[in-house]
Amino acid sequence: MFEQYYPIAVLVLLATVLSIIVVFLSRIMGPRRPTPKKSAPYESGMSPIGPAVRRLPIKFYLVAVLFILFDIEVIFLLPYATLVRELGVYGLIATGIFVFILTIGLVYEWKKGALDWE
Amino acid sequence: MQLPILESINLMAVLPVLIIAGWACVLLVFDLLIPRSRKHWTAWLALVGLLGAAVALFFQIGHFARLGSEAAFDGMVTVDGFSIFLQVVFVLTAIVGVLLALDYLPRHGIERGEYYVLLLFTTIGMMIMSMAADLIVVFVALELLSIPLYILSGFAGMRETSEEAALKYFLLGAFASSFLVYGIALTYGGTGTTRLTGIAQAVTSDALNLPLTTVGMGLLLVGLGFKVAAVPFHMWTPDVYQGAPTPVTAFMSVGAKAGGFAALIRVLVTAFPAIASEWGTLIAVIAGLTMLLGNIVAISQSNIKRMLAYSSIAHAGYILLAVAAAQRSENASFAIGAVVFYLLAYALTNLGAFTVAIAVERDDGTGTEIDDFAGLGKTRPWMALAMALFMLSLTGMPISGGLVGKVFVFQAALQAVPGDPLLLAVVIIGVLTSVVSAFYYLKVIMVMYMREGEGKAVLPLALKTVLAATAFGTLVLGIIPGPVFQMAQRAMLK
Amino acid sequence: MNSLFSLIPLVVFFPLLGMLINIFFGRMLMADENSKAPGVIASLMAGLSFVIAVLMFVALLGEPEGVEVPFMTWFSISAGSRTLSIPWTFKVDTLSSVMMLVVTGVGTLIHIYAIGYMHGDIDEQASKRGLSSDEAFDLKRRRFPRFFAYFNLFLASMLILVTGSNYLVMFVGWELVGLCSYLLIGFWFDDPIVGIYNSMAGRKAFVVNRIGDFGMVMALMLIFWTFGTLQFDDVFARAECMRTASQFECLAVDAAQMVETSPNFSLMFGFGLLQPISFGAITLSFQTVMIAITLLLLLGATGKSAQIPLFVWLPDAMAGPMPVSALIHAATMVTAGIYMITRSNVLYAMAPFSADTVAIIGAATALVAATIAVAQFDIKRVLAYSTISQLGFMIAAVGLGGYVAGIFHLATHAFFKALLFLSAGSVIHGIEHGHHATAHKGHGDHAFDPQDMRNMGGLRKHMPTTIVVYIVGALALAGIPPLAGFWSKDEILLDASKHDPLIYILLTIAAFFTAFYMGRQVWMVFFGQPRTEAAAHAHESPPVMTTPLIILAVLASIGGLMNLPFGRLHFLAEWLRESVAYAHVPAAGEGFSITVAVISTVLALAAIALSYIIYGTKPLQEGQADPLRVAGPLFTFLNRKWYWDEAYEAVFIRPFKCLANWLAFTIDWRFWHDFVHDSVIIQFFDGWAAILSRPVDMGIVDGAVNGIGRLVAGASSRLRRTQTGYVRNYALAVALGVVAIVAYLLIRFFAN
Repeated sequence: MFEQYYPIAVLVLLATVLSIIVVFLSRIMGPRRPTPKKSAPYESGMSPIGPAVRRLPIKFYLVAVLFILFDIEVIFLLPYATLVRELGVYGLIATGIFVFILTIGLVYEWKKGALDWE
Repeated sequence: MQLPILESINLMAVLPVLIIAGWACVLLVFDLLIPRSRKHWTAWLALVGLLGAAVALFFQIGHFARLGSEAAFDGMVTVDGFSIFLQVVFVLTAIVGVLLALDYLPRHGIERGEYYVLLLFTTIGMMIMSMAADLIVVFVALELLSIPLYILSGFAGMRETSEEAALKYFLLGAFASSFLVYGIALTYGGTGTTRLTGIAQAVTSDALNLPLTTVGMGLLLVGLGFKVAAVPFHMWTPDVYQGAPTPVTAFMSVGAKAGGFAALIRVLVTAFPAIASEWGTLIAVIAGLTMLLGNIVAISQSNIKRMLAYSSIAHAGYILLAVAAAQRSENASFAIGAVVFYLLAYALTNLGAFTVAIAVERDDGTGTEIDDFAGLGKTRPWMALAMALFMLSLTGMPISGGLVGKVFVFQAALQAVPGDPLLLAVVIIGVLTSVVSAFYYLKVIMVMYMREGEGKAVLPLALKTVLAATAFGTLVLGIIPGPVFQMAQRAMLK
Repeated sequence: MNSLFSLIPLVVFFPLLGMLINIFFGRMLMADENSKAPGVIASLMAGLSFVIAVLMFVALLGEPEGVEVPFMTWFSISAGSRTLSIPWTFKVDTLSSVMMLVVTGVGTLIHIYAIGYMHGDIDEQASKRGLSSDEAFDLKRRRFPRFFAYFNLFLASMLILVTGSNYLVMFVGWELVGLCSYLLIGFWFDDPIVGIYNSMAGRKAFVVNRIGDFGMVMALMLIFWTFGTLQFDDVFARAECMRTASQFECLAVDAAQMVETSPNFSLMFGFGLLQPISFGAITLSFQTVMIAITLLLLLGATGKSAQIPLFVWLPDAMAGPMPVSALIHAATMVTAGIYMITRSNVLYAMAPFSADTVAIIGAATALVAATIAVAQFDIKRVLAYSTISQLGFMIAAVGLGGYVAGIFHLATHAFFKALLFLSAGSVIHGIEHGHHATAHKGHGDHAFDPQDMRNMGGLRKHMPTTIVVYIVGALALAGIPPLAGFWSKDEILLDASKHDPLIYILLTIAAFFTAFYMGRQVWMVFFGQPRTEAAAHAHESPPVMTTPLIILAVLASIGGLMNLPFGRLHFLAEWLRESVAYAHVPAAGEGFSITVAVISTVLALAAIALSYIIYGTKPLQEGQADPLRVAGPLFTFLNRKWYWDEAYEAVFIRPFKCLANWLAFTIDWRFWHDFVHDSVIIQFFDGWAAILSRPVDMGIVDGAVNGIGRLVAGASSRLRRTQTGYVRNYALAVALGVVAIVAYLLIRFFAN
């Protein structure tokens, strides 16, 4: 009764095997010239030793959240742009409502000072 | 490409929701222009919007009494007697939520216009919950309901308990929502659709994917069970109820619960009639556990908000009992009537009880112990009388809506006993725990009347109005339940 | 249907509105000490109610067959395929319209009168308690609106009673008026001197009425069992049908729905063998059931309308303020029994035995109460017994089938008895004022009773209006033509003379006594010389009190016009023909008998003359004993009301108390507590304790007493500890719940 799940099983198997192969391949084939900086887990400069929870200015989170919001706007608008003729007036109205609601949010945060860095 | 046409969107059917949604957006911007010291303007404007929705609902009552049901948004939502009845409950609850906050927020120094706007948004979520005909809509509505409530719980941000409540609610809420989404995914995997009616067809015709769908249903149950505070998904309730500002607690103890039940009923009865005995048994067991735990733990509470939190868990159990009774299709309509009647009676009573709690609470957030009610019988005889009525109603004593609600719930369950003998045991648990509940409800009355105390309470006009209205409603439901129950009976799913 | 009829709910809701206003805003309305606003609002609402009643009357002129106006469904219970649905429907027909007019009309006048009277009454209370002016104002602010709230509630309840279209709604009104009566009898429950007696009187009224209510409830249940409905029209129609056809046919129900009875197991009881009605294993004949229903209804009526054997509460009910006595205990509430029997005339027509019982009880009450009234000294008690006696007349009339005569007497009696009570109130009011005037000079003593007729005398000089209206009322009550009382009483007597000589004789003797005690009262109160300082300084009451008196006096004089027994002047009989199916309607020319009229008039005049000889020619002097005391033990017998209360005390109350004491002290205490509990149980456990170890013993005893409570409390505090406050634990609980649910579903699924 589970015939239809076979592809999934194959996929899981494939993914596992492939990832193992890739890890081993890089180990075997890649040149290795370690320096202390390179050996650190994060190359971006984050120190892995110290308190795990560090304080970050809340502004970063704020910007990140706002970014997600408008990012989603773009995600919606992009496909709309490709179909703008087919969707016609109906699409225009629907997208308009969407943008309008987002605009309200923009006005709100602007007015609340969420966009002021200092 | 097939585009939805305007008729299938059917904006008129969801007019009350549209009114509140539009008004909330406008209010959000408008609130920016209102000076800090005049935030009660926002409250009154929010009331205007809610009253507008109430008027629209009023006209819809007649309309749907004639026509039965209408689909909107291409079948994504269904507006029928059930959803109209519950929408009335939601709008009334929201009105009370605004009135309760009117004095509370400035008194506690946390008055901000966002309170009212968020209240409107969560109300929309509840309303859409009650009409959702598609699992995606259920999810969206659930989030729309929840997220503003997370924020509202933390509205008294300077108090640690409030912050803690918000964070806990958010974390656990997100956790539970993830189960809901997973349930939706499994259901979709099993049936190939998220439309409730489509699921029902697929479940009956396709036995192959039944395990997938059944487990999906179980996970949906988890997500919604969390919202209605059913055991074992109830643990957030006391902490959040206690920590959140009291008007928010009052609002969500009624609104969020009713919203959860609305979706639960609609999803189970519409989408999963074929596996009714599975979910019926599950819900009956959960109902029994919920009644037992809520009532028993409530006994050892000394804080009124915490006590009411456990009480709300217990009442979720009683309502779940009626939901379990809906598994039998012959008496599904009676059981659903019992659920919505109970929700209305519970809403009135609980809002009233919280109103009294708000009146007794002091400006610094203390004064929420049951001992603080001492002496109210002398200093505030009318308020104490109303509180006594609410407590009696929650216990299920005569001349109160609570009794009638319980009678209907037990009757519904007993009617379904032939289909599921387990229900008989749960009914017995329900009756016994009702008796147990008298312990802690009557304790409040005892403290008010028999114990000496200052009996201080602040009761501005808005609270008086709410108190009078809820007490009157509780009494009316208790004395002449007939008309409302007939309406509730008609509140069937179409 | 005339659209006027749809206004009918207002007849109830105006007084209800007045009550709500007075309850919630009464104190605010009392701006200052002399504020009359609560009373004015209450009177206005009563007046508006009267207007509605008049509109109903007008509407009925066009449609005399009456209508039922649906208002709402009170409740509806279905069990299986049978439904008990009780609508609150307003029945507007000629009978209820007469009742509405009387209730609201007389009620409005008494409301107006009460504005003046209660002001004085509350002042009187305040001075009795020695309150300062602030405290007195506070008392007035609380009590004045409260009185009118109760009064309005009474009006609303009485109107619910008379307009209900089924027995249950009528019963609601029936109970509500009882409640108002209780509240108002004990209105001065906190009076420093007689408060306890007032509240005891209220309690007595309530308890005695409860016995009657038992009858009502039983009757209602029997009616529902027999006819399957409580709607008046349906009950009567089905009753008519069931005289000849079976219950199955008449109720038009599926035979399977009726309680199944096997002929082998059912026993047939009762008179006659008409249609059987089954009560499970017992079957009664239709005749017997009807007799049971009507007798039980009669028991209710004897309670509410103060008839033998339940009349004893009414004299005590005079403890309430005077407007209460006038409105509730004379004019309206006590007539509820007559209304109820008239409404149920169809049932009584099918149970002649019950109808005869009704008539006998009425006539006996009329006579007994009239004789008692002769020997009373309290001005209100004389009127109270007179009321009982007159109610007896009405009950006798309806028992004989003379429903028109009964209702006619009900209406005229409402006029002149309200008039008499209110004038008596005016007299008491005057005497109290006189008492104050003298008491302030240092003559007063606290034992002074302003209601004792021996403390009065010679009031005609001081109260010119009151004496005129009082005499009008007294003559009307005595049955002197052409006043209203003559016509209505004559119609009852005529009816009795035609149908039942015994009743006729009893009622005629009662009428003689009636005229005598009214004569005695008038001579004692108004003529001769003042026997106390207070009487000497009495003065007339204010116009707000005398104006209603004058209106009532006019009504008492000309009230007979509504039903003159001559040809087409027999309005009331024509009017009621539509709603009272079984009323006697005398043939043309037989509506009046000169013999009956002459006999009763001559007897009344003779009685008045006799009272003049005894009390008028030689007026009572201060401190002199009543001349009737020559009758010795007979007078004492009458003065002590035939020893009814004492008899009840001996026959019911004392045995009841003995039984209660026996149950409490012997059975409950000595047997259960001392013997069973203390000796048997404890010794039993003690015995086992010797065998078992101590902890087990403690466990059992304690467990029996509060183990469950402790179990719950223990579980509570243990379960509370699972509430750790850590989100991770909460999430774990959710996760475990998920695992349990999924596991259950999968196991269940694969187990199949």
